[in-house]
Amino acid sequence: MAYDLSFAKEVYKKSEMGHWIKMCMQCGVCAGSCPLRAHWQHSPRQLFQMVRAGKKDEVLKSSDMWMCTSCYNCIARCPRNLPITHIIHGLARYAETQGKVDPKQPTRRFAVEVFWENIVATGRVGEAMLTMRLYFQDGIGAGIQRGLEMKDSALGMLKTRRLNPIPFRGKIKGYDGFKKMLAKAAELEVKLENKA
Amino acid sequence: MKEYTFFPGCSSEHNASAANMENSIQSMCRILGIKLNEIDDWNCCSASIGYAGGGQLPRMAMSARNFALAQKQRGNADLVATCAACWLAMRETNERLEHEADVKGAINTALGEAGLSYDGHIRTRHFVEVLIEDIGWETLKSKVTKPLKGLKVAGYVGCQTNRPFGVCGDSFENPLYLDRMIEATGATAVPFPMKVACCGGALMFSETEKSCVLTKQILQSAVDNGAEVIITPCPVCQLNLEVYQGMINKNLGTNFNIPVLYYAQLFVLAWGGSWQDAALHQQVVAAEPLRRFA
Ligand code: SF4
Ligand code: SF4
Ligand code: SF4
Ligand code: SF4
Repeated sequence: MAYDLSFAKEVYKKSEMGHWIKMCMQCGVCAGSCPLRAHWQHSPRQLFQMVRAGKKDEVLKSSDMWMCTSCYNCIARCPRNLPITHIIHGLARYAETQGKVDPKQPTRRFAVEVFWENIVATGRVGEAMLTMRLYFQDGIGAGIQRGLEMKDSALGMLKTRRLNPIPFRGKIKGYDGFKKMLAKAAELEVKLENKA
Repeated sequence: MKEYTFFPGCSSEHNASAANMENSIQSMCRILGIKLNEIDDWNCCSASIGYAGGGQLPRMAMSARNFALAQKQRGNADLVATCAACWLAMRETNERLEHEADVKGAINTALGEAGLSYDGHIRTRHFVEVLIEDIGWETLKSKVTKPLKGLKVAGYVGCQTNRPFGVCGDSFENPLYLDRMIEATGATAVPFPMKVACCGGALMFSETEKSCVLTKQILQSAVDNGAEVIITPCPVCQLNLEVYQGMINKNLGTNFNIPVLYYAQLFVLAWGGSWQDAALHQQVVAAEPLRRFA
């Protein structure tokens, strides 16, 4: 495993809230906070240590960050007030921009290819389309399989008028401006660096 | 008549998954004399899970566009969300715009592309804060005409109204606002050790089996403590706890059939509203234990 000592500097500058990692005192309180901790190979504490040790590929290729449920337990408990949730999201996003993530990582696929694309397409979440794209991302067969597993729930939602039977929703009125705004924000994002 | 600017969020749209929350909250507002003025042409707030596809500025721009529209249409009136995830996304964005000048500058440059700008000063609030701080416990209790006496309720607070900001100064480990709401309707709040445990949130979509284990523990705790129904303030929690019961029963060998409602549905029923007003016809797991009060 190669150690890249510029990696810590890179994270401090470019990853969301990354500079806070300097403040971590390795107490381990956050390690017990994650609801899916059984499925994390490294806890947030360990990931922060690995950033400082320059273990670039180990961190960025890890699926750990993608196990974050955004529960904010860690933020509520960290004695140093690190915004851990956002640091973890930041590392996941940074890994994504660096092309390091396994494209089949399920949460990455949902967050990037289904959720984000869904809102960018119209300005709002279309739940029926979201569900369809989620189910059919592995092809028709797998989609029908998953659809059948959730058939009773889907029918329940339809019957109680909590699911729109028409999967296509219109765009918001200001969609053109909305799109341009997002493009500009993405352009400025590249220049945004953490100060501290 | 109290007026607020309103951000419903995608899940509260017509025919969307939290239509029961939206309908029951609108009934509460009619009874309380609250007017929620919906932002015209709002966009999705991008929630917590927006981080991966959006990064920081595009994600914050989404909320900022809503703030800019709110300011243009309604001035600096408080902006109210009913969804926990929307409230959190908006509040986080608002705090960063307030404290980080370069973020505010960049966001306004992006807003400029849409012919908009936002100069700050709008407070972002959750509807439960409005109920507790602006309406007050006494009024919430005084409206009760049909106390839900004997109904045993588990108040599931979940994560995002509770952490990291919290509601009205409640503690993170044992927030009490939901239990107090249950008691205000005349019902009984059962002890509920899992009240702030996470249900898996948006990972229910991508890591369904892992998240079902979390949800199962929450449902089990409610049932073990004698709850007839669960209530929650969060549309994601509501969906996860209600709609996946069938799958959990099948895969994890349980036998759950417990209604999962919004606090607003209890209030509306206790205040004399109809089954329809309380949107109780919109439950996937039928709200049978409430029939005796209808
Ligand atoms: S709780 Fe905070 S200080 Fe302790 S290890 Fe985790 S991040 Fe570091
Ligand atoms: S927010 Fe994410 S990192 Fe923090 S405790 Fe929850 S799952 Fe773990
Ligand atoms: S809660 Fe989710 S779906 Fe609703 S507005 Fe926020 S991001 Fe969009
Ligand atoms: S309880 Fe579940 S849905 Fe509700 S806020 Fe937590 S993770 Fe999100």
